[in-house]
Amino acid sequence: MGHILTAERQTLNDTGAGHGGALARLDPRARILGACAFAMVTVACSWMPVLVAALLLAAGLMWLSRVPVAPTLRRMAAMDSFIIFLLALLPFSVPGDAIFTLWGFAASWQGLALAVEILLTANAVVLALLSLVGTMEPVTLGHALSRLRVPDTLVHLLMFTIRYIDVLRAEYLRLRQAMKMRGFRPATNWHSYRSFGYLVGMMLVRAIERSERVLGAMKCRGFAGRIPLLETLAYGRSDVLFAAGLGAALLALSAAEIAHAAV
Amino acid sequence: MHIVDGALANEVVIGGAALAAGGIALGLRRLPLEKIPAAGVLSASFFVASLIHVPIGPSSVHLIMNGLAGLILGWAAFPALFVGLLLQAVFFGFGGLTVLGVNTVNIALPAVIVYYVCRRGVTRGTPLVAAIWAGFGGALAIALTTALVGLSLMLSGDAFIPAAKLVFFAHIPVMVIEGLLSAAAIYLAAQVKPDLFDAMKGAPS
Repeated sequence: MGHILTAERQTLNDTGAGHGGALARLDPRARILGACAFAMVTVACSWMPVLVAALLLAAGLMWLSRVPVAPTLRRMAAMDSFIIFLLALLPFSVPGDAIFTLWGFAASWQGLALAVEILLTANAVVLALLSLVGTMEPVTLGHALSRLRVPDTLVHLLMFTIRYIDVLRAEYLRLRQAMKMRGFRPATNWHSYRSFGYLVGMMLVRAIERSERVLGAMKCRGFAGRIPLLETLAYGRSDVLFAAGLGAALLALSAAEIAHAAV
Repeated sequence: MHIVDGALANEVVIGGAALAAGGIALGLRRLPLEKIPAAGVLSASFFVASLIHVPIGPSSVHLIMNGLAGLILGWAAFPALFVGLLLQAVFFGFGGLTVLGVNTVNIALPAVIVYYVCRRGVTRGTPLVAAIWAGFGGALAIALTTALVGLSLMLSGDAFIPAAKLVFFAHIPVMVIEGLLSAAAIYLAAQVKPDLFDAMKGAPS
């Protein structure tokens, strides 16, 4: 994941919020709810053409949000190696009509179909999420979640995490640089693992000490147990249009799925 | 270990979401606003720790460190790790949206279990004893996480069973590495800042 953080998005505080695009002007709440509705409908569907349509719809959202296409698609396609492994194994573990045999194990069409189904669903949801919510400024995400009745404590925790990820990442890079200066080269040996462990331990110690300073500074400024969230969000006509359009598209997907299942 | 959308059965997704909501609620109840800065900064540091790649043979693994998170944060590990997973899903496209609950339980429940099993051993005794308990906790957390990931998959369909088993055995080296790293981290912390474990103390339980 490190390469993704470094490649396109330098910090979490500086995000695609300035990208413009038609979606950027929408109410963040509409975008969050839209992404959730999209995910639920897509996960509920299993007919291949519907899933392809969902992926196309997500691609349309990506186009509307004006995010850079190549890095977004790369991020969409990136999966944990164990998931890739899992999908690759599916044709062999689902019984059905054989496509070919490999070392005595038969690959089935049904298993392949299931693997493709999961791939389409996962990529469609991630693409829609990255286009609708990932383009938001992280702090805006916090404000919008707060307006959506997410508990304040959780929102504050989210805001603090967003604020300090970059700070701590810089600290981590400083410590790594210091290790490099002293000739540390990571390898598969006890010395490397111990050094990485000390690195993590040092990061935690510094994090706690930083949090003590943060709390002190907050109290100094009159922190009384509540953090005001100032952002005002207004649900406008374009948001209604967006909700209606996305809602109609999702309804159409569900209708197609139900019609296919009924046949 | 992020499961993606569409792989799990609906019952597993809904059950995971309910369990995660319960765990997060419990964690938040133990988190007065005084402790939010500490929890937030720690949550951020575990997020950054997950960016660290540790070499293992010709390949490398990224850290999870949920055992360490449990040892330090206790129940607050639930909301803290959830926040990390939410940010990873929304801004990096890791995992998915409907599976957020399942993924949170798979990472945070082992953290809480490690808290109950190893916390006493880590806070009392010499740095060496603390390190041994932390090493055990770090490895245990990954073992439990892998088992829970396997369980979520198995409950979703028999087709996943062979893969789930293989994933568990493939993660044994990761358990060893996380155990070693957790032990070293706590060995250092116990010497440099013994009150690290009091960071979350004082919260009403």
